[in-house]
Amino acid sequence: MHSITELFTNEATYRLITIVILSIFLGIEVISRVPSVLHTPLMSGANAIHGVVIIGAIIVMGEAKTDDYVALTLGFLAVILGTLNVVGGFVVTDRMLEMFSKKKKK
Amino acid sequence: MGNALLQLCYLFGSVTFIMGLKMLSHPDTARKGNLVAAAGMIISIFGTIFLFRSENAEHLHNYVWIFAALAIGTVVGTMAAKKVQMTAMPEMVSLFNGMGGACAMLISIVEYRRVMDLVAATPGYVPETGKMIVVVLGMLIGTVSFAGSMIAWGKLNGRIKDRTIPGGQMINFVIFAGLIVLVAIVVGGFFPAMPALFYGILALAALYGVLFVMPIGGADMPVVISLLNSFTGVAAAFGGFLYNNPVMLTGGILVGSAGTILTILMCKAMNRSLKNVLIGSFGGAKATAGGAAKEQGNYKEISVSDSATLMAYATKVIIIPGYGLAVAQAQHVCHELEKVLEEKGVEVMYGIHPVAGRMPGHMNVLLAEADVPYEKLLEMEDANDQMSTTNVVLILGANDVVNPAAKEDPSSPIYGMPILEVEKAEHVIVNKRSMKPGYAGIENELFFRPKTSMLFGDAKKALQSLVSELKQM
Repeated sequence: MHSITELFTNEATYRLITIVILSIFLGIEVISRVPSVLHTPLMSGANAIHGVVIIGAIIVMGEAKTDDYVALTLGFLAVILGTLNVVGGFVVTDRMLEMFSKKKKK
Repeated sequence: MGNALLQLCYLFGSVTFIMGLKMLSHPDTARKGNLVAAAGMIISIFGTIFLFRSENAEHLHNYVWIFAALAIGTVVGTMAAKKVQMTAMPEMVSLFNGMGGACAMLISIVEYRRVMDLVAATPGYVPETGKMIVVVLGMLIGTVSFAGSMIAWGKLNGRIKDRTIPGGQMINFVIFAGLIVLVAIVVGGFFPAMPALFYGILALAALYGVLFVMPIGGADMPVVISLLNSFTGVAAAFGGFLYNNPVMLTGGILVGSAGTILTILMCKAMNRSLKNVLIGSFGGAKATAGGAAKEQGNYKEISVSDSATLMAYATKVIIIPGYGLAVAQAQHVCHELEKVLEEKGVEVMYGIHPVAGRMPGHMNVLLAEADVPYEKLLEMEDANDQMSTTNVVLILGANDVVNPAAKEDPSSPIYGMPILEVEKAEHVIVNKRSMKPGYAGIENELFFRPKTSMLFGDAKKALQSLVSELKQM
């Protein structure tokens, strides 16, 4: 078993952990000034953004051996679900926000 | 070269996510912000498809499968998102959130199988602890989020009823403890029994997700969806660790932290702690309240024409929308009522409670759909300031957010939640379909107060008759 401290001495991991910590602060900073009117669209938009998990699904799919049908099937499903999350999320958010802007012009 | 370009794509993606979220938090730029984030997503996805190289510098393959899956997801996702009613939006977000969780879960399963293949093929091979942590936790959180979102979806569209499981909290605690032990064993690398343990975690995580959301009742549903949303973000971030992928990491963590903040903001609006929401659910309180047994006294009914007269001769009317308005699809008629009253010189405003409906901002979206001007929507504090100078308050299908028990009855499960103080106004007209308690299952004293008159009926029909009545006056 490898020791946990190794996680922090490995340069790539260290870099990723730095990104994580900075992103946490950034997320808090960016969100904390949202008027409650925009809560639903914001939640929906954030929902679409975590659909970025689809990139992992694409990598899984693309690296699967062509005769490993279990991996192919699971990967295929994962890409479909990830796409649903991304596309559905952005389209729903856009629909909500469209109503806000329509009203603005009047 | 290809790799440098891909890293650039990812950097671009991360920047657009940050900018997108930032722009989404201002009314003027929100729509553009959503598109900016979507553009970054598309570039990151296609960058991955065409530029990604594995550790042995190989391109991805199985392109036919990838594009087929992308096409299916795009068509189905677009259709579902275009077709959905504005009132069903919360369910939809919950459903899409579940898809993301399931995606993270499947990725981890495939990666786990690859690790197992390596273990089987090379004697003495020990998987890195870091990788195992990432795979197992990514799967666990993704699964909880998936199962929880599905239950939330089912509950919001009425397919699944609120149910309290006796000793539910105890069971949840045991499952949670079991999960920690199993994760420690699997990550610690006790090999022979591993696949069974891994899938044991999967099953337990799914069960945990179900049991975790099951007893949580109506008024708390927004909080749960927001929390599950941030769970999926974290699951995506574990994917970022797994593939050393910066855009998955930033995207996932941003959503994770933003979702947590949003969750906390919502809890604050209800003056409750997150722990209180998750453990002291309304479902449990319902059983002890024994609503019917308590004698409530009499309520007063009011006719449509009396309501119309009352409002026509008012100087200021505040409308308080709730989930009943959304269910009845009455937002357009509501706007019409507002216009008719304004023509008669009545000042009309809307009092929006932060947790009215099934999601934060649910009422705002609904009223925006009906073209109600932005300036007419008052937030709770502003609305309460206006109450004492208001002649008529019209409550449309809202219940718990105006329940005086939140201020007066320490034994009430919603005690301490800020409410719209409608009793400061001269008259209160409550439109409801029946005397049944609201979604949280709590009796509402307000309906029996002397100032209150009940206008029974479906919100849409009641508003339509109000409008036609007013037009004849």
